[in-house]
Amino acid sequence: MATVATTTATAPVRRPGRPGGRLRASALGIVAWLAGLAFVAPLLWMVLTSFHSEADAATNPPSVTAPLTLDSYREFFGLTGGASPWPAMINSMTASVVSTLLTLLLAVPAAYALSIRPVKKWTDVLFFFLSTKMLPLVAGLLPIYLFAKNTGLLDNIWALVILYTAMNLPIAVWMMQSFLAEVPVSIIEAAQIDGARLPTVLGRVVAPIALPGIAATALICFIFSWNELLFARVLTGVVAETAPVFLTGFITSQGLFLAKVCAASLVISLPVLAAGFAAQDKLVQGLSLGAVK
Amino acid sequence: MTLTKTDRVAAAPERAAAPPPNRMRAWATRAPLLPALIFMIVVTQLPFVATLVISFFDWNALYPDDRTFAGFSNYGDVLSDPALRKSIWTTILLTVTVVLVSLLLGLLLALLLDRRFRGRAAVRTMLIAPFLLVPVAAALLWKHVLFNPEYGLFNGILHAIGGVGAAQPDWISEMPLMAVEASLIWQWTPFMMLILLAGLQSRDSQLIEAARMDGASDWQVFVHITLPHLRRYLELGVLLGSIYIVQNFDAVFTITSGGLGTANLPYTIYQTFYQAHENGLASAAGVIVVIGSIILATFALRVVSSLFREEVSR
Repeated sequence: MATVATTTATAPVRRPGRPGGRLRASALGIVAWLAGLAFVAPLLWMVLTSFHSEADAATNPPSVTAPLTLDSYREFFGLTGGASPWPAMINSMTASVVSTLLTLLLAVPAAYALSIRPVKKWTDVLFFFLSTKMLPLVAGLLPIYLFAKNTGLLDNIWALVILYTAMNLPIAVWMMQSFLAEVPVSIIEAAQIDGARLPTVLGRVVAPIALPGIAATALICFIFSWNELLFARVLTGVVAETAPVFLTGFITSQGLFLAKVCAASLVISLPVLAAGFAAQDKLVQGLSLGAVK
Repeated sequence: MTLTKTDRVAAAPERAAAPPPNRMRAWATRAPLLPALIFMIVVTQLPFVATLVISFFDWNALYPDDRTFAGFSNYGDVLSDPALRKSIWTTILLTVTVVLVSLLLGLLLALLLDRRFRGRAAVRTMLIAPFLLVPVAAALLWKHVLFNPEYGLFNGILHAIGGVGAAQPDWISEMPLMAVEASLIWQWTPFMMLILLAGLQSRDSQLIEAARMDGASDWQVFVHITLPHLRRYLELGVLLGSIYIVQNFDAVFTITSGGLGTANLPYTIYQTFYQAHENGLASAAGVIVVIGSIILATFALRVVSSLFREEVSR
C-alpha cells in the first residue's frame, strides 16, 4: 500500500531522467490494469455464462471454453414459453423516461431561479433541496403506500412516475444549478442590450451552453429511476411491475437457471450501462449532487 | 460572478422607492422556482409528517378498527425488540464496513489512475462498470453466479486450483453479512474512486512541484499535500456513501432476504409493515432512521456547503 501511495504522488510531475522511474511507472500501470480486470471480471464472467447452455454454466470447476449459444436469451425473452419480460421493461422505460422529463421540466426553471436570475437566499433553497435527498425514502414508504391504496394508485405506473420525479428532483436541481452557473452573465447582458427578449436569450444564448449539462442530468435521473426497487416492489403488482421487480423473480434458485439469470441481469442492466457510459464524465458530478466537478 | 449577481439582487429592494412593481418583480423571479419547491414539499415532506403521526398509534393494518393512540410505546417496542435492535446494529455495521472498505480501495484505485499509463481510459471504464449494473442484477450475480456453493465461480476456482479435496464453503450461509458487504463494496468502490480521482486532479501541481524542488520525498508530498487536500473529498465520500448505504434495500433483499441476521433497518421497516402489517411500529422505526439520517446529513451538508462556497468564491 505504501509503495502504491508513494509513487503515485509523483504522478503530475514527470521526471524523465530518474533511473528506475520508468520501470516503476510501467509496473504501476500493470497493477492498475490488474485491478481494473479484477473489478470487471465478475461482469465478464456473467457475460460469458449468459452465452453458455444451462448445463455448461453449472459445472464445477467452471467450463470456460464451452460452446456458445443464445438459448438463455431466447428463454429470457419468453420465446420458449414462460413470462415475457417486455411488459416489465416497458413499464420501467415509461417510469424512467416520463419521470426524467418531468424532473427536467421542474428542475431547469428552478435552477434558472437559483443561478442566472437568483432569488433572495438562493443558497438556502438549494440546501433545502439537498436536505430532502438525505432523508431516507423508506421512512415515507408507509404513508405513500396507504395514500396509493386509498386513491387507487396501487399497481399504477404513474405513482412511480411521481415518486421518481421527487426522488431525482434534488439531484437535478443541484446539477442544473452548477451547469447554469457556468453560463457567463456578461453574454446574457450583452444579448439583452442588443434588444433580445427573454425567450430569445434563453433559446439562443443559455440553451446551447446548458444543453450538455441537461443531457447529463437526464441520463443520471434515468439511471436512478431505472434501478429503483423498494418503491416499485411495494407499490406495484402484476400490471405495473418494473424490470428490477421482474428480476426479483430470480432470487430463489430454480434448478439450472444460471445462464438465464445472467442473460436477464445483463439485458435489464443494458440501458443503465449505456446511459452511464454516455454520462461518464458527468457521473461524479451527479452522484456527488454537484459538489464535485 | 454568481456572487456579484446575488449582491445586486439583495441590494435591489433598498434602492427601489415604489414597492408594488418591485414586489411583482420579486414574484416573477421566484415563479420558476415555485413548481419544483411545492412539488418537493408535497411529495417528500408530507409523508414524513404522516409517518411521525402514525408512529404514535397502535395500528395493525389487519385490525384497522383497533387503532388507538399509543404515545411513545411504539418507540419503546422498537428499542426493546431484540430483532429490531439487532437491525439497528446491523445497519451500522453494514454501512461502516462497506463505506470504509470501498473508500480505502477507491483511494488506492484513484491513486493508480491519477497517473499516465497506456490504456488508462480503458481501465477507468472497466472500474466504473460494476457501478452501472442494476443493483438487483449485481446482487443476483453475487448470490447465484459467484457465491453458489455447488457451481458458483468462487468454489469453481477453489476446485480448479485445489483439486478434488478443495474446500467448498457455503459462502452465504457461513458469512451472510460479509456476502452482502462484498457485493456492495464491489459496486461502491467505483463511486469512491470517482470522487477521490476528482479530488486528486484538482490538486495544485505547482505546489507539489515546489515541494519537490525543496527536496520533499514522495511520501512527504502524499502526507503533507495530497492527504490534506483530499480530506474533504474523503469526507464527502464517507458521508454520501453512508447516506446511500444506510438506505440500502436491494442487496439485503436479494442476497439473504433479510435472513441470517442481515436484516438492516430499511428491510425491517419493509417487513414490519408489508408482511407483519404493524403500521405503528414500522413508522416508529422509520422515525428512528430519519433521526439517524439527520445526524449524518448535518455533517454531510456542512461538507458540501464548504466545497460549494469555495466553488462560488473562485
